[in-house]
Amino acid sequence: MDDKRIVLLVEDNPDDEALTLRALKKNNILNEVVVARDGAEALDYLLGSDGKSGRIRLDQLAVVLLDLKLPKVNGLEVLRRVRADPRTRRLPIVVLTSSKEEKDLVGAYDSGANSYVQKPVEFAAFVEAARHLGLYWLVTNAPPPMTR
Amino acid sequence: MALFSDASVKVKLILVSILSKGIALLVAGIVITSLDLMALREKLVRRMSIQADIAGANCISALQFSDSNSAGTTLAALRADPRIRAAGLYASDRRLFATYVRDPPNGAPLLEDPLSDTGGGHRLGEDRLVLWRTIVLDGKAIGSVVIVSDLSEISATMTRDVVLFVCVLLGSLLIAVIISSRLQRSISQPILNLADVARRVTLEKDYSVRASGVSRDEIGSLVTAFNEMLEEIRQQESALRSARDGLEQRVAERTVQLRAANKELEAFSYSVSHDLRAPLRSIEGFSRALMEDCADGLSNAGQDSLRRIIGSTVRMGQLIDGLLNLSRVTRAEVRGRSVDLSSLAGELVAELRSGEDGRQVECVIAKGAVVEGDPALLRAALQNLIGNAWKFTRKRASARIEFGFAEEAGERTYFVRDNGAGFEMSYSDKLFGAFQRLHGQDEFPGIGIGLATVQRIVTRHGGRVWAIGAPGEGATVYFTLGKGGDIGRQEDRAAG
Repeated sequence: MDDKRIVLLVEDNPDDEALTLRALKKNNILNEVVVARDGAEALDYLLGSDGKSGRIRLDQLAVVLLDLKLPKVNGLEVLRRVRADPRTRRLPIVVLTSSKEEKDLVGAYDSGANSYVQKPVEFAAFVEAARHLGLYWLVTNAPPPMTR
Repeated sequence: MALFSDASVKVKLILVSILSKGIALLVAGIVITSLDLMALREKLVRRMSIQADIAGANCISALQFSDSNSAGTTLAALRADPRIRAAGLYASDRRLFATYVRDPPNGAPLLEDPLSDTGGGHRLGEDRLVLWRTIVLDGKAIGSVVIVSDLSEISATMTRDVVLFVCVLLGSLLIAVIISSRLQRSISQPILNLADVARRVTLEKDYSVRASGVSRDEIGSLVTAFNEMLEEIRQQESALRSARDGLEQRVAERTVQLRAANKELEAFSYSVSHDLRAPLRSIEGFSRALMEDCADGLSNAGQDSLRRIIGSTVRMGQLIDGLLNLSRVTRAEVRGRSVDLSSLAGELVAELRSGEDGRQVECVIAKGAVVEGDPALLRAALQNLIGNAWKFTRKRASARIEFGFAEEAGERTYFVRDNGAGFEMSYSDKLFGAFQRLHGQDEFPGIGIGLATVQRIVTRHGGRVWAIGAPGEGATVYFTLGKGGDIGRQEDRAAG
């Protein structure tokens, strides 16, 4: 496991944030997790603002875990803007949300999500989901070549 | 007669007028002419009788003295009457005593033998009158006089009368035509006008036109009644139109409201899906964390409380999922396809068999239940029904589940039957309510959403659902799928 690679968690709910971090930790996923608490912050991390580049080094970013219901800029909008930018066009983005509504699923995939995971209510299931996510996106999946 | 009934009112009125007048005149003319003819004949007979009597009296002495020359002279005096064509004097022995003939060559056959012995008589022929009189002297017949008169005067009079009558008839008919064609306008014009208005109303659906020509007769009241009728229709039509417009507007308003309500419901579901879950996840997750991190510091009672909290949050999560599924079923678009419920039931049973460990359940599935409906929704419905049957037969030693269908009053009824726990029929109305349960959680776990989902799916297919059962004897849930729901009709059954 490449410990240097970063996970960007976009999550406005501190409880969910804590639970996600706990679930990752329980699976021994020790990668650095950067947390953005709204869509604007996520975009700032990824794309930067006012001509400056993002605060996160994209070549170190393994995967973005993106909630859909976010303050300021919602998850789907974040997806669209990230996909519109050549730097982050191929960035692996996993939608991690409470909703299983069809329109959210359709919207997420249409906007360029690589995967869609519903947060289960039961923590045990959440831990299991986190394990799968970590294993797949941090180990199994080959990341896109960086286009800087 | 058909020609008459097809003719216009105008023509009819003129024809009626001419016919009635013509027939009346004709009858009057025939009667008058006949009476005239009879009077003329009587007059002629009377005249000739007088002539014959005079001639007979003048011939008495000639007969007494057998002086036929004198008798001939006396008879010749009849020349004065131009109508007399011939005359003859017969002696008592019926011997022709003397004659007078106006036109000699034709005269002889004119005189006929008077065959009567009575005082006199006459015979009217086609063209002549033959009249005879017996000459009586001292109570004794001494001979008879015969006069032959022609009828040319009568026929001339008759011809003149007929010609005059025909002239009068034609003249009066002409006058009748002129008068009736003037007068009929007052009758036919309002009728024609009425007919024209009626035609316009029929063709153009214009109820604002009115018939003119209001008079005080029956046609006038007809026109008035017609106009009133039109007014009534116009008012009703406008009332109907405004009602329809109002209805359309109300439908539009309701549609807007409904749309808003639907949108709200969607937003609500979305919010439930997103926001109601998040705190649950926290409660569950942190309870779990508490359990893991601080298990040593918690008493058994504390751990039990935590377990209960976790159990409740899990259950609440299931309830939220059920609610969302139910609302999804209500909102989902129903796509019509051909669905084989039999093979669907087979698949669902196979899934259950692979899931449950070691349960022996006899499943009987009738083949050929092909219907028109939404595959995903029908699958969900059948999944709930067969899943229920599977669940409620859990305590049976020899569990049996049956899927089948029956034809009843031209409608196909499908059913899922089990020999499981069953239910009290008095609770049957509660079966299909959301979150209604008839069994304890520890007895048969569940959230009470299955049959509510089934009911919504069946209703959305235009069908009905009902259940029959008895405690300990199992339950049968029946459903129909509305009109046109059935496609296949194979009746062969096979055990599954």
